[in-house]
Amino acid sequence: MNPSMAGSLAEPDYLNHETTVRSWLLTRDHKRIGVMFLVLVIFALLLGGTFAMLLRIELLTPGPTIMGPMTYNRVFTLHGVTMVWLFMIPAIPSAFGNFVLPLMLGAKEVAFPRLNLASVYIYAAGAALTLFGMVWSGADTGWTFYTPYSTTSPTAVTPILLGVFIIGFSTIITGLNFITTTHTLRAPGMHWSRIPLFVWAIYGTSVIQVVATPVLAMVLVLVALERVAGVGIFDPTRGGDPVLFQHMFWFYSHPAVYIMVLPAMGVISEVVCAFSRKNIFGYRMIAASTFGIAFVGFFSWGHHMFVSGQSTFGSGIFGVLSMLVAIFTAIKIFNWVATMYGGAIDLKVPLLYVLGFIFLLTFGGMTGVAVATTSLDVHWHDTYFIVAHFHYIMVGSVLMAFLAALHYWWPKMFGRLFPERWAFVAACTIIFGFIVTFLPQFLLGNMGMPRRYYQYPSEMQWLNVLSTAGASLLAFGFGLIGIYLLWSLRYGKVSPASPWGSRGYEWFSASPPGPHNFREPPRFEREVHDYTVSEAPHVY
Amino acid sequence: MNEFFRQVLFLPEQASTFARDVDHLHYVILSTAMFMATLIFGLAGLFLIRYRRRSESQATRKVQTSLFWEVLFVGSPLTVFLAWFFIGYHDFVWMQTPPPEAMDVYVVAKQWMWKFTYPEGPNSIGVLRVPVGRPVRLLLTSRDVIHSFYVPAFRVKQDALPGAYTQTWFEVTRPGRYRVMCAEYCGLKHSEMWGEVVALSPEDYAAWLREQSAGPVALRDATPGAPERDEPLVPARLAMEYSAEAPHGELMTAERGTLAERGERVAAEKGCLRCHTVDGTAHIGPTWWGLYRREERLEGGGTVVADEAYLTESMMKPQVKQVEGYALVMPSFQGQLDAAEVAALIEYIRTLRGARRDDIRPGGPVYEPIDGR
Ligand code: HEM
Ligand SMILES: [Cu+2]
Repeated sequence: MNPSMAGSLAEPDYLNHETTVRSWLLTRDHKRIGVMFLVLVIFALLLGGTFAMLLRIELLTPGPTIMGPMTYNRVFTLHGVTMVWLFMIPAIPSAFGNFVLPLMLGAKEVAFPRLNLASVYIYAAGAALTLFGMVWSGADTGWTFYTPYSTTSPTAVTPILLGVFIIGFSTIITGLNFITTTHTLRAPGMHWSRIPLFVWAIYGTSVIQVVATPVLAMVLVLVALERVAGVGIFDPTRGGDPVLFQHMFWFYSHPAVYIMVLPAMGVISEVVCAFSRKNIFGYRMIAASTFGIAFVGFFSWGHHMFVSGQSTFGSGIFGVLSMLVAIFTAIKIFNWVATMYGGAIDLKVPLLYVLGFIFLLTFGGMTGVAVATTSLDVHWHDTYFIVAHFHYIMVGSVLMAFLAALHYWWPKMFGRLFPERWAFVAACTIIFGFIVTFLPQFLLGNMGMPRRYYQYPSEMQWLNVLSTAGASLLAFGFGLIGIYLLWSLRYGKVSPASPWGSRGYEWFSASPPGPHNFREPPRFEREVHDYTVSEAPHVY
Repeated sequence: MNEFFRQVLFLPEQASTFARDVDHLHYVILSTAMFMATLIFGLAGLFLIRYRRRSESQATRKVQTSLFWEVLFVGSPLTVFLAWFFIGYHDFVWMQTPPPEAMDVYVVAKQWMWKFTYPEGPNSIGVLRVPVGRPVRLLLTSRDVIHSFYVPAFRVKQDALPGAYTQTWFEVTRPGRYRVMCAEYCGLKHSEMWGEVVALSPEDYAAWLREQSAGPVALRDATPGAPERDEPLVPARLAMEYSAEAPHGELMTAERGTLAERGERVAAEKGCLRCHTVDGTAHIGPTWWGLYRREERLEGGGTVVADEAYLTESMMKPQVKQVEGYALVMPSFQGQLDAAEVAALIEYIRTLRGARRDDIRPGGPVYEPIDGR
């Protein structure tokens, strides 16, 4: 695990300057905290992935295959809860944000290192409580917890609600930390107009987190109260309103999809520059559209409720606003593609994931525009079309960006190179597997297969089988990645300080960085990702 | 052309008046969207080849945007998206607005079955019979959790909420049997909560109605608590085979009359009418005549609109909002009225009104026989 090859000239890096378990568990080093988060979210991804495979196997036949309906309902809930709350929301900000954001700003630390450590433990505690609920009796409400089903279900909904509630605090703390760090700890030369786009993305995300997460916390507590104390907020027989929950839930959870996607977009902006060897096309437009999304994203929650009985006029407003969100996303896509124009493109593994990302985001986004068209959504709502849509756009982009970031920053984090060829094969398998998994689900939705279905009409079988085949490919790809990354930690080639020739600011530090990030205070004298001049590599 | 696209996109048959129009927009949007997406992705692929890296130290020139491109990039997709939206919204408004001549059917969803009640009398579980070529308005409610009434062949879907009414409508264009599914997750047998719509020619429909009002079901005495079979009548395994020759069977329940009539019986049986009158005269409690949506003054100040939520609350917790000028003598009916009975009572109270149309707030779902029956 010591990448500096124990050479006498090697200075200690953040991994080996202290190696006791205690030094890890009580660390205040943002890099170690990032690594801890990375381990935790990868664990969540594996868990959620296992549930996903179980679901897909169950759906191989129209009737019962390997489990009963009760088990199935629990498994899809656990899949959703784990993937959304434990993986997709924290993955990129907490793991990679923690690791590279201070490096990109030229800071020694985040603004509140102790709080940062606390956020790991809060996350772990929330995750543990959620897992406990799963093992104890497992909720069967879906990750959306719609009332009044969630307030009357006999399963263990309460521990899961509280687990998610606790995780919310971790998110808020991390967000506050990033906002403060960005404001106060920028190195000399780092003007607002030079801030790397990944930082902008994390910053925008943090703002949403801080504003929206309390609403989620509130609604989760209300559901828990209704379950435990019987207060009548959502239950109509006690004078409550069952739809109120949906408004409150989507007021958080629609912006939450941007909490997941914006950091992913930030990663893409970095990686596309590094491998095209180009400055980003339209820096200001990308940064501004981040805030456009963050803002308008708050006003489109009603597009989840076109058939819930909300007023026709309301649906119209929410539909139009959804189109605006789509435009901000489109701006980003145009800019990434335009960045490649006139570049010197090297199709390395991270860039391959970027292409996967652009593909999935564009097709997923276009289907988003289609579902925001009110009359069409009446047919599609709550069918597999929606499942496919949000897997393309949300899961697809988070996953692709997560893998791009993992490969791009792997040498930065661990000082080792991964075997390029294996990584290439794995990336192709994953992208292809993803498309084969979810493309048939669009068609299933068109045929009218509702989501969360344990049994389905037999004419829908072959598309389901195809989807399961794709999921198996995906699982295989992940297995491959796991193997070669673990292998590379020990046997991989030692990485130079900037293996990709990237001009991102985070590469100003050694790879892996020392315990205090920089040996001398860095100065940022050029724009980030400026490839117009040739530059002697200088490690601060 | 329509048929070609429909099959390529795996859409079900088009059996309602909306289906064709919705599908046409669907074709336009999906093909344009996919064309645009392919274009973008193709461009990325092209750049990948055209600008591949030739040497390790290759520098690139800086490319800056000009206002022209920015406006073009943002403006053109926005125009297209908004155009789609407005066409779609036009259809959506049509789908949300039942025509006044529509016939009404009440739909009560329950874990895990659909129950249909016709104003003319018969009730049925699992099978909804409608005439072809006549608009049908569904008034949906649920007894327990949220369900969603979904007929893929009609491109129609509407949530059924407990304690509230929502509405939707359709007009079937040809006779046949069409699958109904529940689209909102509602627990254990969510995926088995199927039913069917049987569209009959107007003559067949009339014959069926006659048969119902003369048959043995009509003769049975109706009791509010009439047992309902707890199993859905169209279990998934049966419906999967879905043959028109072998109907899945249905149960005509022993209840008679509309929900409102049932509510009247409940009111008599549970003793509500000992204190409340239905003709406007004051008694021990406030009269029910004209109560629905009336503004009630409360003891201790303030007013409340007597909507579904308030009516339910008054039955369960009468002390919470006490109407001015009445003593607190009403007992709580918590645990004595089941959800179905509450729904029936609310139905009944809603029908007790003088001016029928004028006092309805526009916008929200309304429950009101449209032709003023
Ligand atoms: C950028 C990332 C996006 C993400 C992460 C995302 C994610 C999601 C998710 C998770 C759902 C499913 C919610 C559920 O029913 O459980 C959903 C539904 C929906 N999305 Fe997206 N979405 C994105 C972009 C868009 C865009 C750009 C549009 C519109 C132009 C859009 C329109 C919709 C609509 C209308 C629904 C509701 C459909 C329905 O439930 O019937 N989405 N989205
Ligand atoms: Cu249901």
